[in-house]
Amino acid sequence: MNTAAKTATAPRTLAQKVWDDHVVVPGSDGAPDLIYIDLHLLHEVTSPQAFDGLRLANRPLRRPDLSIATEDHNTPTLEIHKPIADPVSRTQIDTLRANTAEYGVRLHSLGDIEQGIVHIIGPQLGLTQPGLTVVCGDSHTSTHGAFGAIAIGIGTSEVEHVMATQTLPLKPFKTMAINVEGALRPGVTAKDIILAVIAKIGTGGGQGYVLEYRGSAIRALSMEGRMTICNMSIEAGARAGMIAPDETTYRYLEGRAHAPAGQDWDDALAYWKTLPTDEGAVFDAEVFIDADELEPFVTWGTNPGQGVPLSEVVPDPSTIDDPNERSAAERALVYMDLEAGTPMKQIRVDTVFIGSCTNSRVEDLRAAAEIVKGHTKADNLRVMVVPGSARVRIEAEAEGIDKIFTDFGAEWRFAGCSMCLGMNPDQLAPGERCASTSNRNFEGRQGKGGRTHLVSPLVAAATAIRGTLSSPWDIEQDAAATETRNT
Amino acid sequence: MQKITSVTGAAVPMKRSNVDTDQIIPAVFLKRVTRTGFEDALFANWRQDPEFVLNKPEFAHGGVLIAGPDFGTGSSREHAVWALRDFGFTAVLSPRFGDIFRSNAGKQGLLAGQITEAEVEHIWQMIDEDPGVQITVDLVERTASIGEYTISIGIDDYTRWRLLEGLDDIGLTLRDEARITEFESRRESWRPKTLPVK
Repeated sequence: MNTAAKTATAPRTLAQKVWDDHVVVPGSDGAPDLIYIDLHLLHEVTSPQAFDGLRLANRPLRRPDLSIATEDHNTPTLEIHKPIADPVSRTQIDTLRANTAEYGVRLHSLGDIEQGIVHIIGPQLGLTQPGLTVVCGDSHTSTHGAFGAIAIGIGTSEVEHVMATQTLPLKPFKTMAINVEGALRPGVTAKDIILAVIAKIGTGGGQGYVLEYRGSAIRALSMEGRMTICNMSIEAGARAGMIAPDETTYRYLEGRAHAPAGQDWDDALAYWKTLPTDEGAVFDAEVFIDADELEPFVTWGTNPGQGVPLSEVVPDPSTIDDPNERSAAERALVYMDLEAGTPMKQIRVDTVFIGSCTNSRVEDLRAAAEIVKGHTKADNLRVMVVPGSARVRIEAEAEGIDKIFTDFGAEWRFAGCSMCLGMNPDQLAPGERCASTSNRNFEGRQGKGGRTHLVSPLVAAATAIRGTLSSPWDIEQDAAATETRNT
Repeated sequence: MQKITSVTGAAVPMKRSNVDTDQIIPAVFLKRVTRTGFEDALFANWRQDPEFVLNKPEFAHGGVLIAGPDFGTGSSREHAVWALRDFGFTAVLSPRFGDIFRSNAGKQGLLAGQITEAEVEHIWQMIDEDPGVQITVDLVERTASIGEYTISIGIDDYTRWRLLEGLDDIGLTLRDEARITEFESRRESWRPKTLPVK
């Protein structure tokens, strides 16, 4: 950390600054740097084997005070007061409870007001802050980069490594600037930006890089929107995405439970203000996106790079030059049961899922509720709304958002990962088609044989009203047409 | 960890790009709390198709997987590596890997070697001509060979060294424990702590 020591060096990027301040032992001869970890987030799925490893080696967990756990992946979203029905899920949850008790790690269990998706609760508690290194045994840890932290998903061996040493041996990443300039039109959101980025650079485009999202369109986003963008960096192949902290970041943090206070706040703020990328710093790669041109985006295939603006049609694989991408597209169309040339807006869905670490914060729920308010959901469609945390649920209820959704015909659930990956009972049936605000449209991700279209909360809401993939613009047009008829 | 110098096994074609970790091991198999016994979970959905490559007798015991680009993208689940290993795979060769998958593989002694798309295509063709053909991945020489056909594989120096020496990462890091402690002593008071609960 050594924050005062760095002076008069060459211009550096945000990522380089955070990295440099966490090097415990610099690597030499091709060895990685040993990087200190400020915050370790844990959940039930990727931690049990790591705790076992620690126990077998008779090693202590070095910093319980830099670790925090919650239950999210397996937990039910209905009747949470009852014992978990699936015995295997229940065992995994019980194992987390026993392990955290044994090693003195703070745990927010199902039913606790701070329980929720691990990437929702870190920011909510004020634990996620600029200039930190954050890790978790979950690839969507990239979410926390929205605060100007280096936040990466790690495997279980690395979880054990952090438990034992509070460090990780890591090779420096390359840096890629994603410049998003201009202003989003109403109805276009952070989700559409990131889906457009992934469609542009591909699911492997960010491999080996930290992405830094920059430009006027990014600066204009709320913290919630920034988290949505950084969340899906991994879908572009990057282990981390970052956004420089600014007034929006500071306003979000100030007063949160674990945000610094008093003199600590002043000291932290002074440091955070040194973090943005220096004028003249060089990125290893740069990408440019025009925000003015963006439309609501939707995926048609089985990887997150297979997306198009909602106004377009299902692409024709025969027009794709790259043979691997062509065969992937052919395979995806078979799996998705779609024909090339079909307008995306003609695709009818069975389920709408609003939730996941990508889009389940109160702002997401509020935006979707604003669209569905006063409408009734389309027939033969189920709509599930799953807040990201117990606190998000309570905040939404205080605003009456739950009532808007239930009046609309949606199910208002308890917090968790839910249908994003279907480890709990919230799954798609084989062949079922879903418009989902989550992050992965992989084969079977939301349930074996399930078909996923990734969308923003606004598109999810509009789709729930019309039954076919729709943008909020369509709802406005429908309303205008009705008004014309009625006058 | 056991020392690894080279591995030999059947070359197994995985003729797809973007094989994400949800395909390698679907989420329903992640509920277990053990680190072994995931062989039944490997490609569980695809294996229900009798035509799937691992259902052919010559490939039913694993070996060295030869995969299209972007293998192991998506989730951080190390279970993907455990499932490949438990099924009998000792190496995966692909033009591109998901970053977290590649890192996880290195921790578990599954060799993840980078080769070109043209080399992948060529090996697939050799397998088509001689299903069950054996391939040797030599970590010392950084090569993969089928008979006379030898290509170089990309694997970073540090991972290679650790695998060759059979070193345990945590043990290596703890040799620097004094430096970690010294680093911690300089940690600013504004940096967050999870305890006490606020």
